[in-house]
Amino acid sequence: MESLTLTDVEQKYYSDLFVYCDTDNTKKVASNGRVLDLFRAAQLPSEVVLQITELCGATRLGHFGRSQFYIALKLIAIAQSGLPLRVESLNSVKDLPLPRFVVGKNEAEARHAALYQDADSQGLYPASAAAVMPRPPGRGFQNKKAPPSSTSLPAHEVIQPLAPSIDPQPEPTSPVVSPHQSPPTSPPSWRKHKRQPSGGNADRQPVVVPTGAVWTQFREPQAGPVPGEGMWPSHSPPPLSQESWVSFTADTPPSSAIPGMHPSSVQESTTIRTVASAAMTNEIQRQSSGYDDPWKITDEQRQYYINQFKTIQSDLTGFIPGSAAKEFFTKSKLPILELSHIWELSDFDKDGALTLDEFCAAFHLVVARKNGYDLPEKLPESLMPKLIDLDDSAEVPEQAADVGYSGSPVEVTPSKSPSMPSLNQAWPEMNQSNEQWETFSERSSSSQTLTQFDSNIAPADPDTAIVHPVPIRMTPSKIHMQEMELKRTGSDHNHPTSPLLAKPPELSEEAQLPASMKFVAANTVGDGYSSSDSFTSDQEPITRQRSQSGTSPEALKVVAPPPPPPRPHPSHSRSSSLDMNRTFAAASAAGQPQSSTIAYPPAVPPRPLPTQTSAPHTGHRAEAEGASGGGAALTTTSPQQIPQQPNFADFSQFQAFAASEQPSSLPEVDMHSEPGQVEKSSEGAGPLRTVKSDGQVDERVSATVNSAKGSVSGPLGPPPKPVRRRLKSEDELRPEDEQHGPQKLNVIAAVLATQPSIPRSVGKDKKAIQASIRRNKETNTVLARLNSELQQQLKDLLEERISLEVQLEQLRPFSHL
Amino acid sequence: MAVCIAVIAKENYPLYIRSVPTQNELKFHYTVHTSLDVVEEKISAVGKSLGDQRELYLGLLYPTEDYKVYGYVTNSKVKFVIVVDSSNTSLRDNEIRSMFRKLHNSFTDVMCNPFHNPGDTIQSKAFDGIVSGMMVQTASYT
Repeated sequence: MESLTLTDVEQKYYSDLFVYCDTDNTKKVASNGRVLDLFRAAQLPSEVVLQITELCGATRLGHFGRSQFYIALKLIAIAQSGLPLRVESLNSVKDLPLPRFVVGKNEAEARHAALYQDADSQGLYPASAAAVMPRPPGRGFQNKKAPPSSTSLPAHEVIQPLAPSIDPQPEPTSPVVSPHQSPPTSPPSWRKHKRQPSGGNADRQPVVVPTGAVWTQFREPQAGPVPGEGMWPSHSPPPLSQESWVSFTADTPPSSAIPGMHPSSVQESTTIRTVASAAMTNEIQRQSSGYDDPWKITDEQRQYYINQFKTIQSDLTGFIPGSAAKEFFTKSKLPILELSHIWELSDFDKDGALTLDEFCAAFHLVVARKNGYDLPEKLPESLMPKLIDLDDSAEVPEQAADVGYSGSPVEVTPSKSPSMPSLNQAWPEMNQSNEQWETFSERSSSSQTLTQFDSNIAPADPDTAIVHPVPIRMTPSKIHMQEMELKRTGSDHNHPTSPLLAKPPELSEEAQLPASMKFVAANTVGDGYSSSDSFTSDQEPITRQRSQSGTSPEALKVVAPPPPPPRPHPSHSRSSSLDMNRTFAAASAAGQPQSSTIAYPPAVPPRPLPTQTSAPHTGHRAEAEGASGGGAALTTTSPQQIPQQPNFADFSQFQAFAASEQPSSLPEVDMHSEPGQVEKSSEGAGPLRTVKSDGQVDERVSATVNSAKGSVSGPLGPPPKPVRRRLKSEDELRPEDEQHGPQKLNVIAAVLATQPSIPRSVGKDKKAIQASIRRNKETNTVLARLNSELQQQLKDLLEERISLEVQLEQLRPFSHL
Repeated sequence: MAVCIAVIAKENYPLYIRSVPTQNELKFHYTVHTSLDVVEEKISAVGKSLGDQRELYLGLLYPTEDYKVYGYVTNSKVKFVIVVDSSNTSLRDNEIRSMFRKLHNSFTDVMCNPFHNPGDTIQSKAFDGIVSGMMVQTASYT
């Protein structure tokens, strides 16, 4: 037997039938008796029935398994449609109406048929219902399923008793009465019923009843809302409702277009079965396309929702925050638990806010609940916010309703409360009870779909925190640089801006400190750069370039940050300054990026550290660990720096400032004037000292750096690390390990920044320009190297940090397991 | 497949407890309560070390002869406890982790509900559904 593909409606229909036939409750096999009765009820010639039985394989198996049963049902439908019975036609026939069974066994079906019949046919209903009415046995079957059908229509209940009573009578004449019943409609109704086997919305009745038009929509809920009598199987409600509807229909024109279909369908149903089936098919199609969703929001409803949404959130594409929604829906006086459940259903993307679609869904559910409909377990498809913003965005809300919801899947989820369909019909009533609506603050629901919603999300702002330092050098530094340049070139030595320059190398550290403190980042860098420039130009163009390049990126940083806070570990700053000295020296000597980089960072204490560490490394590496290394470093660096004496002067000033800024807390700065005092904890003081000493800046710087390193390592204690490491560890302790890199960059940037200014000042001089260009290039190289150095330092620092953390962890007593 | 799932608030009162009804629920409640001590111990210990990142999944808290208890703590000190049958040997650690992840996600959804006040018991049907899906399936379909 070929595989059978069933539509959802068919699936439900068939499963209901199977359950009906499954008298033994095996869930696997339909009892032959029931099945045969059912087939007989299909009013097909017996030979056709036999053929069907054979085709579905039951003859082979000897019993009706579920698949066989389904196949048989489908074949019955095919046969009823007048199509030849073929196995291959099982799946090929499209839009096959559901098989109709007239006799009592399928009372449910009959009822469905009756139900689905149009309101117009409702008049026929009583008769048809009678005909279709399940005979007592059927009724029993109905009972089985009745409970779920809710009481959506109290009228149904009333009618129900009538129906059953009527049933027996027409039974024998059911075929004859079929025209009344317009059986063709039953499949659709049946289908709908099946879809909502558990409608069970007994409480909905009041609302539903009045709206005869609801009937069409009710079909689906019918399955559920069968009057509580339980007489009617889940699918039987339709008949009742139909009956009740009969009255209503006459009174209330169907609100939805669907009912309009009924008359036609009804009329058709009055025809012979085949004809009826055709009509039914059409009707089914119409119905399915029209109302199949009991939860569908009508246009007017949608417009109302949108207006309400607007009152909360004027932007239709925006969201309603959870708190606002909570206030709004609390006004509906529903219990919080139910509101919570409604929220769960309607907040589709679980973001704590409601888009227009979500809001409409929530509002719809609230309205439904207020009118007595039970809340579904899952969000009805028609209420699901469209994920793709195709229609809604372009359409007006009312259109959106159509597009969004009418286009929703034809099959209504069974979970929908049966009474929901009537909600639409109840709408008119609801409209009457506008006070309910007014309880909610008016809002307009944005018809935007989720996609719009997404678009509403403010695009992530481009990262304003631009990491790349902008080589905006503070004027002073630039000027300073220029002055440096001028000085170098023999022009007047004007250091107007930079306090560093303004003061002679012997600047009192204190005096310089305050000034430099402010500049700290900026000046130090700049100064460093300028100084580096000054001497680099003479001896180490590369260095200068480095500094400049470093300055440019870092200038911004250097300038921007306020004076670095007093270093807890003066050594760092010191070291940086020392490093910077070394850097300059080294740079000048070897153009090593490290040294140059180190020279630059002095500006910001924590940041410069890496640079410092890296810088001193080159110089300090020789020092190795230990404070005493400073001396060695001094020696190593001194020679490097010595040749740069002339620059040192500037540099020292720069260093001084750098140092000064950092070690605000370093009282020993002054003490550190001697290189030998490297060990002094005044790491920061070191650089200051160097500044003071001017000529011995290098040495001092180196000393300071060394001392700084030493001191750094000292405090660290535990893991003996290379000087660089110590500094780094200290840096690690400080939060800005990673800032060293940028510090260096800042320095470089500052340098760079200062540099360009120089050419401008002497722009007229070609040579100067060329020189500056050359310097720039050198600075670029330097900075590039510095960058790599910094990166390396960063990595090292991170490694150290990790190792430190691990050690820390190990050292902690195992207080826990 | 768990036999008992519990959500405990920061102040160590239960927000949600559900057990397979066939067994003595009181026993599970007691087990969950005692497991809180182990949870506290674990989170206090881990918190000291690195401080920034703490593993949310605590793993097996303690096994008994009948069942095993797994714990999971969120960053807001909301604890999830899952009790599984010891005889269920096929349950791997990863599966337990995924169960906790699902629980956490559902819990987050519940918290996002503006109608839910933090500190109230969880009455969300969706959450119930998730939990039911994780409980031991007893006589599932009929």
